[in-house]
Amino acid sequence: MATKRFTCSLQNLEKICNYVTECAKQANLNESEIYAVQLAVDEASTNIMEHGYGQECPNRIDITCEPLENGLKVVIFDDAEPFDPCTVTEPDLNVSLEEVKPRGLGIFLMRKMMDDVKYATDPEQGNTLTMIKYHKP
Amino acid sequence: MEIQTTELKRCTVIKTAGRIDGSNAPQLSQALKAITSKGKCKIVFDMTEVNFVASAGWLVLIDTQKTCKPSGELVLVNVEKGIKDSLNLVGMGSYFRMFDDLTLAVGAF
Repeated sequence: MATKRFTCSLQNLEKICNYVTECAKQANLNESEIYAVQLAVDEASTNIMEHGYGQECPNRIDITCEPLENGLKVVIFDDAEPFDPCTVTEPDLNVSLEEVKPRGLGIFLMRKMMDDVKYATDPEQGNTLTMIKYHKP
Repeated sequence: MEIQTTELKRCTVIKTAGRIDGSNAPQLSQALKAITSKGKCKIVFDMTEVNFVASAGWLVLIDTQKTCKPSGELVLVNVEKGIKDSLNLVGMGSYFRMFDDLTLAVGAF
């Protein structure tokens, strides 16, 4: 299990992506599964930076990768304001272009790309977002 | 983020490479607005060298599509499979015509 700390800047999204890409490769995920992990982690991190810290972000975003027997678990820790992405309502699917609303798209993508997404918050430990992507042979 | 814009007779081709995420989506938005504000609404986005698009990027493209239609359109070229799959997964693949070849995309106008 490896944890890496990132400072909270949108400029770090690429570094975060490179880190989880390496983890996903080591966990033997295939190309489309790797893209799913990249996208989900990017959306989660962007959300923490933009909504949690309001782009002031003085604190931490720690990302832990844990290879599983048949997949990869990524855990993101932050100490921003508590925000549970699992409570955001799914945007309407298949609406006409004019009706598309920007809210919630990132979180929806994140939930759709991963097999399991769980959020927990604790006044002492901060927020923990746990996401799992399974490898389907 | 380097963005190239080429004006053709039928349409405008825009091209960039690498990632489109929260850090650079505003730049892409600016480049697209520079085109549409001139009344040019037939746009081809060459995504041959783009390997990642986060929701911030899609929102820019959706916004541009809303501006362009119905007089014009934003079409996409050479969208990588993972990128395309993610868009289809959230039901938004239908908002863009996608081509595998730049000539075909330009010819669509």
